[in-house]
Amino acid sequence: MSTRTKTTFLAALDKSPPTNDFIKGLWRENPVFVQVLGMCPVLAVSNTAENALVMGLATTFVLLMSNTLVSLLRAFIPRQVRIACYVLIIATFVTMTDYLIQAISLELHQALGAFISLIVVNCLILGRAEAFASRNTTGRSMLDALGMGLGFTFGLLCLGAVRELLGSGSLFNVVIFPDHFQEWVVMMLPAGGFFTLAIWLLIFNAAKKSKD
Amino acid sequence: MKTESLWYIFINASLINNFVLAYFLGICPFLGVSGKKETAMKMGGAVTFVMLIASICAYGLNALLIAIGAPFLQLISFIVVIASTVQLVEMFIKKMSPALFRALGIFLPLITTNCAILGLALFQTNLGYGFLESIIYALGAGAGFTLALLLMAGLRERLDFADTPSVAKGTVLTLFIAGILSLSFMGFAGLGG
Repeated sequence: MSTRTKTTFLAALDKSPPTNDFIKGLWRENPVFVQVLGMCPVLAVSNTAENALVMGLATTFVLLMSNTLVSLLRAFIPRQVRIACYVLIIATFVTMTDYLIQAISLELHQALGAFISLIVVNCLILGRAEAFASRNTTGRSMLDALGMGLGFTFGLLCLGAVRELLGSGSLFNVVIFPDHFQEWVVMMLPAGGFFTLAIWLLIFNAAKKSKD
Repeated sequence: MKTESLWYIFINASLINNFVLAYFLGICPFLGVSGKKETAMKMGGAVTFVMLIASICAYGLNALLIAIGAPFLQLISFIVVIASTVQLVEMFIKKMSPALFRALGIFLPLITTNCAILGLALFQTNLGYGFLESIIYALGAGAGFTLALLLMAGLRERLDFADTPSVAKGTVLTLFIAGILSLSFMGFAGLGG
């Protein structure tokens, strides 16, 4: 019952376009679970909830800045070289984020490693620049970026929370399970990332199917 | 000693720390074009080729950036140089060998946004590899990528005939197989010491 009222609530929101730009990234077009975009960071740095959150926020920041700049410059960028321009814009913001995280916490920077730099080739960011920001106003592009970014963060957190909880018995470094909890080491390994994502997608598919 | 360490770099990049199954780089083509063994092989070949070129470029660029004292330009220059090199290689192949060009088809431009290429360039810089080591590292990474892609394609060809639940078809099943492959690749951890 509650899911039904929720969907009608979302459907009512859908009617007003600006909110729609924001809302669609959170659920209906969620980058992780529905579009399956930008999988490399999703799998690689979701071994703890903290890493997942930082990665999600960094991606959201880059997405927001690049979408804003691309939509501001969309009248000036020649069509033939647009992809190269987008990549340059994205790479600039990623470099900024890289140095920013390094300044805030060296520990976090080491935990995330090269994956912060690899935000450049996250297809989600280039995809939004090409599919949305290059043909919409700045305000709408910003909303779209926020929605997609938060949806991406949500997806990363879903994975990170499950993997940290089962893999080390804690959540955001706070111990949850009692001492005698047997840790599932596999969850912290690369294989755990594949399995967790597969199970989440399975749940989403099943939910979608039962709704249809 | 020198050859031994080069051999170790190759084994490390291809088996122990396989780019796809341990570092999660190049997942998009791994999930996307692993449907048939033939395309998987072509994609693997193209990626290895581009990796080799990107690795050489990245080595030169890094030396240049350190010489002029601008390491913050690393990321931007890497991505621009890799993208333009792929474009150049594409034009060159189109001119020299139309048959090979048709065989690689859409894969070549797609490789530009493959994170395995940029990842390779960044890793080899972080690890401080020299020229020869970088080349071996690129070859190993390419071989590992091809191997993972081929294994997956072979498994998926068989799976087409299996009776699987409809909710699990496609990406979900591929991810499960990838997880199992990743587990089995951990068996290589003892290799090379």
